[in-house]
Amino acid sequence: MIDTNLVVGICLLLPVLGAILVLILGSRPNVRETATLLIGVLTFWHVWGLLDPLREGARPRLELLEIVPGVQLAFEVEPLGLLFALVASFLWIVTTLYAIGYMRGHHEKNQTRFFFFFAIAIAGAMGVAFSANLFTLFAFYEILTLCTFPLVTHHQTDEARKAGRVYLGILLTTSVAFQLLAIIWTWQLADTVDFTEGGILAGTASNGVLSAILVLFVFGVGKAAVMPFHRWLPAAMVAPTPVSALLHAVAVVKAGVFTVLKVAVYVFGIDLLGTLAATTWLAWVAAATIILASLVAFQKDNLKARLAYSTISQLSYIVLGALLANESGVIGGGMHIAMHAFGKITLFFAAGAVLVVTHEKDISRMHGLGRTMPITFGAFFVGSLSIIGLPPAGGSWSKWFLGMGTLEAGQVGLLAVLMLSSLLGLYYLLEVPVKAFFFRPLDDAHRGKGIKEAPLPSLIAIGITASATVGFFFWPDLWHELMTMVVSGVGQ
Amino acid sequence: MTDHLPVLLVVVPLVAAPIAALLNHPRLSWAVAVAATLWALYAALELLSQTMAAGAIHYELGGWAAPYGIEYVVDPLNAWVVVIVTLIGALVAPYARVSVEREITEDRIPLFYAAFILCLTGLLGIAVTGDVFNVFVFLEISSLSAYALIALGSDRRALTASFQYLIMGSVGATFIVIGIGLMYVMTGTLNMADLADRLPEVSGTRTIPVAFTFLTVGITLKLALFPLHLWLPNAYTYAPSAVTAFIASTATKVAVYLLLRFFFTIFGATFSFDVMQLDRILMPLALIAIVAMSLVAIYQENVKRLLAYSSVAQIGYMVLGISFASVLGLTAGILHLFNHALIKGALFMSMGCVMYRVGSVRLERMHGLGRAMPWTMAAFVVGGLSLIGVPLTVGFISKWYLVQAALEQGMWPVAGVVLLGSLLALMYVWKVVEVAYFREADPELEISEAPLSLLAPTWVLVLGNLYFGINASDSVDIATRAAEMLLGALS
Repeated sequence: MIDTNLVVGICLLLPVLGAILVLILGSRPNVRETATLLIGVLTFWHVWGLLDPLREGARPRLELLEIVPGVQLAFEVEPLGLLFALVASFLWIVTTLYAIGYMRGHHEKNQTRFFFFFAIAIAGAMGVAFSANLFTLFAFYEILTLCTFPLVTHHQTDEARKAGRVYLGILLTTSVAFQLLAIIWTWQLADTVDFTEGGILAGTASNGVLSAILVLFVFGVGKAAVMPFHRWLPAAMVAPTPVSALLHAVAVVKAGVFTVLKVAVYVFGIDLLGTLAATTWLAWVAAATIILASLVAFQKDNLKARLAYSTISQLSYIVLGALLANESGVIGGGMHIAMHAFGKITLFFAAGAVLVVTHEKDISRMHGLGRTMPITFGAFFVGSLSIIGLPPAGGSWSKWFLGMGTLEAGQVGLLAVLMLSSLLGLYYLLEVPVKAFFFRPLDDAHRGKGIKEAPLPSLIAIGITASATVGFFFWPDLWHELMTMVVSGVGQ
Repeated sequence: MTDHLPVLLVVVPLVAAPIAALLNHPRLSWAVAVAATLWALYAALELLSQTMAAGAIHYELGGWAAPYGIEYVVDPLNAWVVVIVTLIGALVAPYARVSVEREITEDRIPLFYAAFILCLTGLLGIAVTGDVFNVFVFLEISSLSAYALIALGSDRRALTASFQYLIMGSVGATFIVIGIGLMYVMTGTLNMADLADRLPEVSGTRTIPVAFTFLTVGITLKLALFPLHLWLPNAYTYAPSAVTAFIASTATKVAVYLLLRFFFTIFGATFSFDVMQLDRILMPLALIAIVAMSLVAIYQENVKRLLAYSSVAQIGYMVLGISFASVLGLTAGILHLFNHALIKGALFMSMGCVMYRVGSVRLERMHGLGRAMPWTMAAFVVGGLSLIGVPLTVGFISKWYLVQAALEQGMWPVAGVVLLGSLLALMYVWKVVEVAYFREADPELEISEAPLSLLAPTWVLVLGNLYFGINASDSVDIATRAAEMLLGALS
């Protein structure tokens, strides 16, 4: 039996090893992809292995070195981080499978570079998930930004260059100008930046100062895409679809909301959070983001753009959950990380499959495609249900807890926002499968005769995530258990 | 021999310089330069470890006791500066061989190495001496050889750049010697420790503030603090690549050291900051330098010039840290001395690689270099990220301390400006990255990767950027010791 502290290191190193293997095996695509898959499975298996020690109350910890006096590069596994790591490492496997079909079907260039940075991005996400203090988290947060830049700009066109500017510009600006300031401020006030149960900031400064820090954190985590710092997400949609799927449904955006949750629970502590003046109005900023992004999503005919705005809206659910500052809110927010990841990645997979097979990007041109691609659009339907929060899909549980949270916080207005947003989602997401299944196919000379289902590896991937989405409706226990562990440590 | 290290550090290169000139053979002169820089690096590291272990080392030249004789004093601060200078020197010397063969005519190469070693000698002399007139002498040695080095640039504009630097540099040196002279008149001593003892008695007179003012202007001119930086961009742009890499990472750093030495050790922080209120002039100028010069850098088309303006902005960071006159602020400033030397050394060296293969560092000639010269441009990207201050690079460590120092004094807007500077750095670094990675290369040009002898020293510095960004405990420890010493000296 290996020491669990070492397992943490293994989970971080495996994706890096995978990246190196990709470089070495670059000239042989089949071996290269097999290696990535194997490493993915190994990573997930090791992350899974941390679950039992955590249940027994252990907190595996790995301290690498002291960067400057008092600040360590260190990792510690706690339930929230494990939840994120489980989601990211599992979906890495699935996405690799999907990418094999997509990248080849779409004849993408520079596939070795693609799979290389992909693996590095996962290492970055693991680092974020397991970081033991704000400094380590910030370091990996920035690594994640930088190593996804080549993925977003994969095509190296002018359009990609401009999108890359927006992507990097917003993410780095917010993180350097706001988040870093908040971190250094926290360090000055609390003399520590370690994540601690119950928080580290209580009693260190006035309500006003702590409120200011909270504002800096919420807007400084640009990856959480709270308006007005959301523009990078639609811009990043120029990337190949597997990138959009993993990074902009899972690794990058979830690293953002994960950071917000982590700061709320382990830096402020939900007790303190509830007393801050800024908490309520930030919750309303999140609520505004939920509604506004949904309204924008309505108007997008480009499927990936619509999904991007839907993501912005859903991310703010999680931010809102953190800012409700009660147990249900945090549980709901944390569960939504997992539920939304599985649901949204299904939607992106489906969108990519349609693109590869038919070269269609616009919803208005997908009429009738459901008849030839039933599995793809069926999966899209399931994913949509989960995002909207309807049974029988996992999303209903996280939304349930979020709703409870608004009531516990006495914010009926916020509950109304959640309801309204679900109604909007009902329309803008379900429009796609409805048109695909029930509308008459377009008469179009351009459209080739041989439209069939997506490539097999992609289809398998879609099947896995769609089934999981339904499965989590019946067995949400794992996510709920992890989040209960998070709040039970906090509520004393 | 270890007893004589402080003087051997300076004397060995001083002797090596004429040898390099007399040998008059490109390869042999180069070998002398490499040997001299390696010796200096060894001596510097040895001195640093000695002074960190056992406190300040005093060495009396020719056995004449201070204050009658000249004394060399090595403490954590100048040992640190000496390590920076010799480290860069020891990396630039091997790098120079290939680079210089391409950029300088063969008959001048031995003279180039002689001037290079002399410049190193001067910089080391300024750092270790405990005598203010000796400072002036070494300042002239390093400056005159620097003018010659810059004038060797292949572009004819190097001559005017060198001349401009000569005029400005001489004005600065003259101001410094006037300041020194006034202090000598009032106290009758040139020894730094002695001056520090005797100045308080006469600080009420009108002469000492005047001396202080002359020194301030002279030193800030030498370190290119905005708005006295005008000599710097041209000098850096047109000098041979190896010279730019060397001077950018060392000369201004030594000038910053002089600033610290004069205003903290000799005048003392109380006089400099409470009586003369030096911070009132340094801080605004530093802040303007950070913002204005970064903005100017964004609009440059020549990457060496872009980096030169960035240097002026970065000097702003160092001076800003010093202007807080607190332990944290000084730590940040002294840390950034070292960190910025690593950053700019790596960046200018990577541009030297480009110069070697492409013959120009203008942006329009750098299209598609990311593919043609992957290692060179990767070095630039890492150096650039460090300049921006991305975590796990040295640039981040500097920012971390600088922002802390600002927040400690409740100076909010100042912390904001520091971070704003990072974002501006992002803009000018990314401008280069986009050209190198997103523009199609001219298919007719066949550009290959730079030779190993250029890449190896470049990458040593790049890895240094990462290593000291991840494991900064040692550099922070030394900088803190130096800062505490400077502030403790007055109490």
